[in-house]
Amino acid sequence: MAEVKIRRLWKEYGAQVVLENLNLTIADGEFVTIVGASGCGKTTFLKMLLGVEKPTRGEILLDGQPLVYEPAPDRGIVFQRYSLFPHLTVTENLLLGLELAHSRVLGRLFGRARRQALERARALLEEIGLYTARDKYPSQLSGGMQQRLSIAQSVICQPKILLLDEPFGALDPGITADMHEIILRLWEANRMTVFMVTHDVKESFQLGTRLLVFDKKRHDPQAPEAYGATVTYDIPLNRNRYPIAA
Amino acid sequence: MPRLVNLHPSRGTGLLLGLLPFVILVFAYVLGSNARLAENPDDKLLPAPSSFVETINKYAFEEDRRSGQRLWWVDTGASLKRLLVALTLSAALGLALGLAIGAIPYVRSLLLPFVAAFGMIPPLAILPILFIVLGLGETAKVALIVIGITPIVVRDIALRASEIPSEQLIKAQTLGASSWLLAVRVLLPQLLPRLIDTIRLNLGCAWLFLIAAEAIASTEGLGYRIFLVRRYMAMDVILPYVAWITALAFFMDYALRRARRALFPWAESV
Repeated sequence: MAEVKIRRLWKEYGAQVVLENLNLTIADGEFVTIVGASGCGKTTFLKMLLGVEKPTRGEILLDGQPLVYEPAPDRGIVFQRYSLFPHLTVTENLLLGLELAHSRVLGRLFGRARRQALERARALLEEIGLYTARDKYPSQLSGGMQQRLSIAQSVICQPKILLLDEPFGALDPGITADMHEIILRLWEANRMTVFMVTHDVKESFQLGTRLLVFDKKRHDPQAPEAYGATVTYDIPLNRNRYPIAA
Repeated sequence: MPRLVNLHPSRGTGLLLGLLPFVILVFAYVLGSNARLAENPDDKLLPAPSSFVETINKYAFEEDRRSGQRLWWVDTGASLKRLLVALTLSAALGLALGLAIGAIPYVRSLLLPFVAAFGMIPPLAILPILFIVLGLGETAKVALIVIGITPIVVRDIALRASEIPSEQLIKAQTLGASSWLLAVRVLLPQLLPRLIDTIRLNLGCAWLFLIAAEAIASTEGLGYRIFLVRRYMAMDVILPYVAWITALAFFMDYALRRARRALFPWAESV
């Protein structure tokens, strides 16, 4: 279970207010899509959930516990680019999370543990259609294949929360339908709470069970930095897909 | 008529063009040598190619009358040993320090300014200190090379480590990596190809320091021999030795390039 509570959250860089007074409760298993104009703080919000940025004021609670502001295995991330390890093959990339979690000194598994990990990796590779490319290096894969692998790489570690930062933003429009199907399937099978930042409004309506629109409520033309963005629309969507309701 | 920049030589033509400067150099040497020898048969500056064969034969395949050794191979062995020990030490030290500086911000603040300043010391200027402190033996010669190239290796490895996208490091942490695992599973493997590149680029410097150290205090070695026979203006020894050093350096460079391709195939396309 991974319920996320956000209480009176502010983020400022010096005099610039990026986010102001964010109050949200996200239920376990929700698929949250986040849209908004560029520079409105949606990526900053994601970075705070990830733990690489600290809020200036307010707090984020994960299952009632204050969030640890450091990246951790309970929160997976998929960036738009560069989230794969170029020196590892597809299989090794997928295996890495299992190896890091279970071998704290060498970061490698051997024998039976490795065979079991390979079995899990193999099942996941078949599910995302990358089994035939299992021995290739990331640079030999197409953009869509790279993103599928990057999502699977996080999912195999069974995070409570999966954060997606414009994961399909750099891809051909033609393949996004496939990507949507895969991400929905993995979400349903693994019961994660998903936060997905996107600039594609249509995508945000199709995928989400809850849509958050970030925008500035107040605007001072003399001092554009004085006010930050907050959630201006909070729309429940696709409730039939919501696993808890179902 | 296509532009010159769009004309590409075929494979064979390319090979011939590559050989051409070498052929011209040899040809020019033979012409110059013949001209000088015609004027003065005892000329020592540009000896005839036949005298090279004689010298190589004498140095490489006949035992020296005084020491009973085949000098060419004794010199080669002594020099290569110094060079390889020094390169191994520099690579290990450079990789360890570069990785620590690249991975840990506290170590970076602590060591990077020092390494940058230390690297500015002209190594040859401290050669006398090395000889005074470490004696005239092997240690001082190896130390000169290590001191000369390690700072460059450290800085290059640290630079490469800082080029690895932060997305990768964050991702690895969300997959459960500790600082240690981040270093050994994510950073280190991606730094090894660069280590080979850095060593390749520093081979010239390493040879320079080796020959300088050997010229000043040694009893054998390729650099020692060249500076020894300089007293007799023995160009028939110096030139083959220089060619041999060049060939050794070229082969080491080639072997490292091949090793990089064989060991790190993923790094070829990155």
